[in-house]
Amino acid sequence: MRTIRFWLGAVAVIVAGLVMTRLVSNQYYYFAGYVVLQYVVLATAWNILGGYAGYVNFGTGAFFALGAYSSVAAMKTFALPLPALIIVGAAVSGVVGLGTAYLTLRLRGIFFAISTLALSVVLETFITNWQYVGGSSGVYTTRPRDALIFGDYVQLLFMTMLLLAVVAVAIARTIERSSIGHGLAAIRDDELAAACVGVPTLRLKVIATVASGMLMGAAGAPFPYYLTYMQPGSVFSLDYAVNSIAMPLVGGTTSWLGPVIGAVVLGTAQQVATVTISSELNLLIVGGLLIGFVLLAPKGIVGLVRRLARSGGR
Amino acid sequence: MLDLFANAIVAGVLLGGLYAAVTVGLSIAFGMLDVVNIAHPAFVLLGAFLAYWFNDRFGLDPILVGVALAPVFFVLGAIVYRIYYAAFERQSKESLRGLAFFFGVLFVTEVGLIIAFGADYRLVHTDYLRTTYSVAGIGFPLRLVVPFLASLLMITALQLLLNRSFFGRAVKAVSQDSTALRLVGANPVKIKMIGFALSIATTSVAGALLILVAPVQPSSAREFIGRMFAICVLGGMSSLPGMIIASFILGVAESVTSTFYGPSWSPAVAFGFLLLVLAWRPAGLLGR
Repeated sequence: MRTIRFWLGAVAVIVAGLVMTRLVSNQYYYFAGYVVLQYVVLATAWNILGGYAGYVNFGTGAFFALGAYSSVAAMKTFALPLPALIIVGAAVSGVVGLGTAYLTLRLRGIFFAISTLALSVVLETFITNWQYVGGSSGVYTTRPRDALIFGDYVQLLFMTMLLLAVVAVAIARTIERSSIGHGLAAIRDDELAAACVGVPTLRLKVIATVASGMLMGAAGAPFPYYLTYMQPGSVFSLDYAVNSIAMPLVGGTTSWLGPVIGAVVLGTAQQVATVTISSELNLLIVGGLLIGFVLLAPKGIVGLVRRLARSGGR
Repeated sequence: MLDLFANAIVAGVLLGGLYAAVTVGLSIAFGMLDVVNIAHPAFVLLGAFLAYWFNDRFGLDPILVGVALAPVFFVLGAIVYRIYYAAFERQSKESLRGLAFFFGVLFVTEVGLIIAFGADYRLVHTDYLRTTYSVAGIGFPLRLVVPFLASLLMITALQLLLNRSFFGRAVKAVSQDSTALRLVGANPVKIKMIGFALSIATTSVAGALLILVAPVQPSSAREFIGRMFAICVLGGMSSLPGMIIASFILGVAESVTSTFYGPSWSPAVAFGFLLLVLAWRPAGLLGR
């Protein structure tokens, strides 16, 4: 029953997006909406490992950029269409996730966290020195003329990201409710105890890392088309790491709904703040919210609402 | 060729001295107290920018400023630990949320520095910075030699404090067995707070040394996260001599890479090092 309701909701979101492309022609909304939806994907992806298993990934920027740059490389070499680019981006990020997972997930969680941070600097150095994908001076991409049924290509990108967001949330929800999710929750609560009762901890952590990495890579793949001019600094930015950690923590990390709420609330607020205030100040607000929620509301917005509902019901 | 190589090695060792100064606080916080302070480089940058500000305004010597501000940083560290303890450690929930907390502190400090000082590179002016002594064709720039000596002096003092005093032994004991520590009449929370405050106090000096060696900008902090943790792990987490050796190794590796392959590759050295160390030798050089 709940699953049917979830899928009905997913279809409704997609239909709403389609209707919007018929009614709204102001491009700004698609540009802003794309960023918010991108954060839904990134926050959801981060939460699969971070929220469910309790392993902190600081390398969202790295996996995201990997998707974006594999997309550039695939575009230049084979001139692939957008769906194929997304698959390539997801595959490359997934493979790197697999490698990182095997190298570091045997150790304490903190070492995994530091390695992911290291990974993003190593990758940034390689990309900066790799002239084929633009190197440090950046790379230009031209959007295809053909926008299918949509008014222009930005609308098409917006709908693509909406679809990706729905897919990401569906994957996260499926993992959460499967035996994988229960195993990950056991790891989060007490890894040693979980291993003792026979939970295959390493395998589950690897699966979660790969799934999370693939979704981040998929989110990055359309990014060159969105930006049209991309530099290493703009994709490897720490902002992605901070946001993808802050959003689930602000929304609530234990269910799929938390990152979605966090991404929509924080993402929209940032879009508004970037226009009305300065972009530095709005990053300061994100950082402040992250610290505030971590200190005062450990279960995020979802937890706050549940507590309110419970005390109201009595 | 040989000349170039010798110069790169000397410069690397001198650079390693700076890395040791930047890392020593983390060795105390992360290695001895088990507080994963990934915001450590942000405090170093804060120290560097304060040294810049006092130098720019009043022409004060950066190292002097760093030493003078160390007590202020000590108090700051004590406050940060109090918050960390009250919110996470007391409930032993420090892992995920504690990390996120320090990450938030890192990010907020960085953005705060950008708002206060702008995103440009800043540097300091002193008389001795431009002098370079030359011995047998090898350059010894004072820009590197002075921070190197200051760093070794600071670390020696810390090592003496940690090895000889009751407080120092308590710091080393606190993450191993805090109950036993309580039994000999020391309060583990207080010991950890002072230890952490001490680790932040070192960043004031380390920041001053950093800005002597090279111009800094607010986001320089990120490059140092990997370096610091690589050194810390490679050095065996809680041993200061191990940490110094690891600093020299990393400094030389980076300096040789940037001499022969160009400076744009040098950030990858530290992190590549870190990944390799974590994969094959997580106990560190001197570890068992």
